[in-house]
Amino acid sequence: MSIYVKIRKKFGNFVLNTEFEADNEILALLGSSGSGKSMTLKCIAGVIKPDEGRIVVDGETLFDSDKNINLSPQERHVGLLFQNYALFPNMTVEQNLCSALRRCDGQNNRKERLELILDSYYLTGLEKHYPGQLSGGQQQRVALARIMASDPKIIMLDEPLSALDSYLRWQVERELAEILSKFKGTTLYVSHNRDEVYRLCHKVCVINGGHSEKVSTIDDFFNAPSTLASAFLSGCKNYSRIEKQSNDTFQALDWHANLKSAVSIPDDATYIGVRAHSVLPFYDGDESQNKVTCRVLEVRNDLFSVAFTLLPLDANPKNEFGLIRMELPSFKGETVQAGDIMAVKIPEDAIMPLLKRENYRKLKD
Amino acid sequence: MDWFPLYNSLRVASISTFLTFFLGVFAAHYIAKTPKVLKGLIDGILTLPLVLPPTVVGFFMLKLIGPYGPLGSLVLEKFGFRMTMTWYSAVFTTTIISFPLMYRTARGAFEAFDTTLLYSGQTLGLSNTFLFWRVVMPNCKQGILAGTVLSFARALGEFGATTMVSGYMPGRTAIISTTVYQLWREGNDALAYKWVFVNLAISLIVLIAVNMLENSYKQPVGVAKDHFEYEN
Repeated sequence: MSIYVKIRKKFGNFVLNTEFEADNEILALLGSSGSGKSMTLKCIAGVIKPDEGRIVVDGETLFDSDKNINLSPQERHVGLLFQNYALFPNMTVEQNLCSALRRCDGQNNRKERLELILDSYYLTGLEKHYPGQLSGGQQQRVALARIMASDPKIIMLDEPLSALDSYLRWQVERELAEILSKFKGTTLYVSHNRDEVYRLCHKVCVINGGHSEKVSTIDDFFNAPSTLASAFLSGCKNYSRIEKQSNDTFQALDWHANLKSAVSIPDDATYIGVRAHSVLPFYDGDESQNKVTCRVLEVRNDLFSVAFTLLPLDANPKNEFGLIRMELPSFKGETVQAGDIMAVKIPEDAIMPLLKRENYRKLKD
Repeated sequence: MDWFPLYNSLRVASISTFLTFFLGVFAAHYIAKTPKVLKGLIDGILTLPLVLPPTVVGFFMLKLIGPYGPLGSLVLEKFGFRMTMTWYSAVFTTTIISFPLMYRTARGAFEAFDTTLLYSGQTLGLSNTFLFWRVVMPNCKQGILAGTVLSFARALGEFGATTMVSGYMPGRTAIISTTVYQLWREGNDALAYKWVFVNLAISLIVLIAVNMLENSYKQPVGVAKDHFEYEN
C-alpha cells in the first residue's frame, strides 16, 4: 500500500503546496503550527478540496484536478484521527464503534467484530460509557478503534498526543506505537514534536510555511538535516552564516571564527548548524582548531543540565543568529558567571552544512 | 366558560410550531453553508418578521392572501377556500411571525457545532443524512429545542397579525389573545381576568420548560474505571 500526494491550495495569502509519497511505513509530517500539516490531511481525507493536484492511494486516484476526479470522503476509505478525537458525544463507546461498522455487512458478523475490537483495544467494560466519561487515553483508544473498524486503506493521525497531559502521554504513546505497528498500510503522522516523531516514525517530511521538503529517513533527518527549516525542527539551536574557504573549511560569519568541518561543505550551503549539546568547553591543550571565544550572557541551571548562552567576541548579532547555546549534562569546571570570557570548541564532526530551501532543488538536479 | 379559545390557541400554536421547526431547521442548515454576501441578504429577509410590527406583517399578508390578493384569489378560485378569516389563517400568520426565532436559534446551534465531528463521520463512510440526524441534530439539541419552545411561546402570544388576518369570531377564530382584547372592550373584566390567568399559567410552564432544557442538557461526566491503569 502506498500514497502519493501533490496538492496546491490557496487560502488568502497562505499557499499550501505539498508533495510527498510513502510506502507501508509511518511518515511524519513535521512542521510548526500553522504550517499546513492538518490542512494537508484534510485534503487527503476529502473534507477540503485542493485547488489543483493529485492524490493517489494504492493506485486508486482519489483526487485529480486534471481528470476532474474528486471522490467524496465516504468513498475514499481513509482514516483520520482528529486532534480532539471527534468522538460523537451523544453516543456510547459501543454506538460510536458500531457507526463505523455500518459499512460491513451482516448483523451477526458485526457483533463479532465489535467484540473483537473492544477486546483488542482494551475497551471491554467501557461499552456503555459516553466519551465525556472517559480519560484522554481511553478516548484516543476508542477513536483509533473506530477508525480501524471502518477498514481504512491508510490512516492519518493529527497530533494524536497533544491533547494529553504529560503524565498520560508516555503510556498512551506506548499503546499508540503498538497499534501502529500492527497496521499494515501507510500511516501519516502529523506532529510538531520531534521527540515523538523520532520514537514513532520511520520517515519525515518537513512542512514549512505550507511547502513540503524532501522526505528523509529518521536517521538522516536527525543526524544530517539538509535545510535550515529541517534543522530548526530537528531541534538544532546554533546557526551561523558561512563563507566557504576550501572543501572543508569555512568562515562562520556570525561567530567571527574560521572553522573546519569533518564533512565537505557543499557549494551552495549558506549556513551551518551545531546542536547545543555538541558544543563543549575549550580546555587548554585541546588540539582542535575550532575554537570560538565568547562572552557568557547567561548561565541557566536546569534540573539535570546546565545551559549557557554565549556571545562570540566581536560578533554583533541582530537576532538569534550569532548566539551560541551550549548544554552540558553537568559542568565541573570553575564557576562561570554572566560576563565572564569563555572559550568553546565546535567539534568538527558536529558541523551540519545547511541549504536554504530554494537551493535544495538545484542540488538534486 | 367557553374553552374554545384555549383549544384554538393550542391548536394553532402546535401546528405552526411543527411547521416552523422544519422550515427553521432546514433554512438554518442550508443558509449556514451559503457564501457570505448571499447569507447576509437571506438572513435579513428571514429575520424581518421579528423586527417588523406584527400589524405590518398582517397588512402584507392580507394584501397577499386576502380574497383579492394574488395568492388568496388564486387559491379561492382553484381550490374554493378562503385563506383569511378562518382558524387556519392564524397558522399562516403565527408561522411567519415565529419563524425567525426558530431559524436564528437553530442557526446559532449549527454554527457552534464542531465540524470535526461531521468530517470524522464522513471519513468513516457515514452518509450525510445519517450524520445530520444522528450526529448534528442530537448535538445541537439544546439550541433547537430552545428555539422550538420560544417559537411555540411566540405563536401562542401572537395578536397583531392574527387579529388582522383571521379576525375574532367566537367559536371559530377566537384565540386567547384576541379573546382578552374583546372581553376588555366589552368591559367583561371578570372573564378577562380568567383568560389572563390561563395565559399566565401557560407562559409560566413554557418558561420553566426553557430553564429545564438549559440545565438538563449536560453530558454525563465522571471518569470510567480503566482496567488498564489498574492492572499496572
